[in-house]
Amino acid sequence: MSTAIDAAGIRRRTQELLAAHPPAATDRTDFLKARFDAGLAWVHYPAGLGGLGASRSLQAVVDAELTAAQAPDNDPRRIGIGLGMAAPTILDYGTDEQKQRFLRPLWVGEEVWCQLFSEPGAGSDLAALGTRAVRDGDEWVVDGQKVWTSSAHVARWAILIARTDPDVPKHRGISYFICDMTDPGVEVRPLRQITGEAEFNEVFLTGVRIPDSRRLGPVGDGWKVARTTLMNERVSIGGARIPREGGMIGTVARTWRERPELRTHDLHQRLVTLWVEAEVARLTGERLRQQLVAGQPGPEGSGMKLAFARLNQEISGLEVELLGDEGLLYDDWTMRRPELVDFTGRDAGYRYLRSKGNSIEGGTSEVLLNIVAERVLGLPVEPRNDKDVAWKDLAR
Amino acid sequence: MTARSESARTESARTEPGRTPDLLYSEAEEDLRSAVRSLLAHRADAPTVIAGLESGTPYDPRLWESLATGIGAAGLLVPEKLGGQGATHREAAVVLEELGRSAAPAPYLTSSVVATEVLLALGAHDGPVGELLGDLAAGRKVAVLALPFAMSAADAAAAMTGTLERTVTGVAEAAAADVLLVPTEEGLFAVETTGEGVAVQPLVPLDLTRPLAGVTLTGAAGTLLAEPGPAAEAVSKGLLAGAGLLASEQLGLAEWCLTETVRHTRERHQFNRPIGSFQALKHRMAQLWLEVVSARAAARNAADALASGSPDTPLAVAVAQAYCSKVAVHAAEECVQLHGGIGMTWEHPAHLYLKRAKADSIAYGTAGRHREAVAELVELPAP
Ligand SMILES: Cc1cc2nc3c(=O)[nH]c(=O)nc-3n(C[C@H](O)[C@H](O)[C@H](O)COP(=O)(O)OP(=O)(O)OC[C@H]3O[C@@H](n4cnc5c(N)ncnc54)[C@H](O)[C@@H]3O)c2cc1C
Repeated sequence: MSTAIDAAGIRRRTQELLAAHPPAATDRTDFLKARFDAGLAWVHYPAGLGGLGASRSLQAVVDAELTAAQAPDNDPRRIGIGLGMAAPTILDYGTDEQKQRFLRPLWVGEEVWCQLFSEPGAGSDLAALGTRAVRDGDEWVVDGQKVWTSSAHVARWAILIARTDPDVPKHRGISYFICDMTDPGVEVRPLRQITGEAEFNEVFLTGVRIPDSRRLGPVGDGWKVARTTLMNERVSIGGARIPREGGMIGTVARTWRERPELRTHDLHQRLVTLWVEAEVARLTGERLRQQLVAGQPGPEGSGMKLAFARLNQEISGLEVELLGDEGLLYDDWTMRRPELVDFTGRDAGYRYLRSKGNSIEGGTSEVLLNIVAERVLGLPVEPRNDKDVAWKDLAR
Repeated sequence: MTARSESARTESARTEPGRTPDLLYSEAEEDLRSAVRSLLAHRADAPTVIAGLESGTPYDPRLWESLATGIGAAGLLVPEKLGGQGATHREAAVVLEELGRSAAPAPYLTSSVVATEVLLALGAHDGPVGELLGDLAAGRKVAVLALPFAMSAADAAAAMTGTLERTVTGVAEAAAADVLLVPTEEGLFAVETTGEGVAVQPLVPLDLTRPLAGVTLTGAAGTLLAEPGPAAEAVSKGLLAGAGLLASEQLGLAEWCLTETVRHTRERHQFNRPIGSFQALKHRMAQLWLEVVSARAAARNAADALASGSPDTPLAVAVAQAYCSKVAVHAAEECVQLHGGIGMTWEHPAHLYLKRAKADSIAYGTAGRHREAVAELVELPAP
């Protein structure tokens, strides 16, 4: 039951929070905990779980008040996987105990999450995964290898999908778990990437014991749960409001204005074309946000990830060229283990290389185009030969 | 005026305006859309439009009457006290989306938007201006601005040349007009097309659904509506509104092309499969979908800026034109290609959309011209 809470009610609660915990005099984490407990973390979540069961649109009121009061925020960059993927999945499929245990430290940022989905043999065809979970009394014993796992080196928890029945077609034999990254048998090895740093990892799972109480959703129904995660992953990318020139285009535009000696006619044509496209993508994101607030979510979310991936790549590519001689240099190839994913930080060469991941991570652009074509436009699926074959009989 | 709005006006277009544009459609706008769509479905289906093209008349007067008077679309931008509907560019944009979707010939953009906007911008609501606005709003008359269809708002000042002794080429829908609004160095004149010394010579247009004509004035009589200064400003406003709302026509057109292409490729079989199941085609249509979704945001933003008189309007319009022109042409080209041989026939309506899209990409300034405007407004100067 949600009692109707209006903007005035939300504003009053926010003011009460600020009065009880003045940001200037309160420790960051303490403030975030108090905010969660006041139901002002995600106002549309249920009471007791960081929300008030209020309309999603009222979050903007809270955010504006808190920003004005210079209250700390929960740095969504650091906790992106938890916030964007684990939380909505736990909310939809978790038991009460799971929700109580995980949501608060997740939102506050005390516990970082990672996503143990992809495997060396199962990327786009994620449902083909081979990591096994075998039941042993009240526990599951997990063996397998995951790969490209962002933040595994800083994560406390992981969302994990594993095969619990190899004798049925691939989509039907999967279950979904919450894995404790500190458990024995979990080994994280840095995987150095194109930029020189190691933002993602290989994760080896050897005899990892997961209590059955950390399963999300029914046994064998993990693919359905995973689809909730994947959908939220794609949508969370277009959700934020960005100001004009807020993305990568802002950096190039600044360089253009400050460095007239770098300008050429060809680059000018391309820059202005990209400026227009970035502005249109921003407006499309804004329209998507307005649809969500009005309670008419459109399928545009799947498109935004495609648009941003292409734009980031084109803009950062242009930026390297614009810099000419300086574009031949790179800031630092030292292997580092960043805690934050930072698309816009560092120099142009880094942005160019990192943005190549934008069309791969969270589902490739090709796979997203398939999804748009089939689910949004209703075009026929391609003939497939893996539907009615038991996973163990598939060619690998 | 508060200090705050004062500074907002002088601020560069690089930063957003204070107000968040409303990019959705209101219920009233959706109702208007349904009315226009059902009218066009009855009176302007593709075979009817194609047959009409060869009839030698610039548009179907019965369709125009129903749209202009029956639905009241012609007077959307005109205040109620002058006989209009007192609505805004947001509603007019919805009408244009539907007209784009049907590719029906109707002098809506030229008369009900551009000419109307020019007259409204003159601010003189009594006398000949008010009278003419009333006539346009009621659908009693059609007026067009006697300038080449390709001219953009940025060139408006340069349009104030010559006298009532001159020839103007490529005037859109002049053949449908009762009144020409003629910019001259002495100001803006209203000239009746039936008057002495006015010759309107139809040209053969690329886009058959929007006729073009040359206008030759030799000793024509006109009514002076405004002095050169205010006239230039009004013409510029008219062309800006034209470009801004043209984006909505381009959106509707692109949407039709995508919908029809999806429909066709689902039904058409080759190699024992619907051709729409081939990934090479699916990706092209998914890409178009993304472009259409983006074009909608850009077009709505332009319509909303015009409607609210936002200081962001010139940028919103230039962005919408720079983007939507390309999307409409791309959608129409893909539509022809993915229809295969059928797409090359006269009988299939795809060609109407290709011709309209290509002509629209030149109308009120090319995408390149609008990109130049963007560059200037957001301070990204050329070398
Ligand atoms: C920076 C980064 C971070 C990542 N973080 C994580 C993480 O935290 N957790 C996690 O689980 N995974 C993560 N991933 C993995 C990511 O989800 C996969 O890489 C991705 O889903 C693609 O799978 P793949 O690499 O196996 O490529 P493949 O599936 O082998 O694809 C190779 C190429 O074939 C194309 N292709 C494949 N199938 C089709 C098809 N049906 N139609 C058309 N084209 C197709 C692909 O688009 C691609 O171009 C990350 C990846 C990157 C780059």
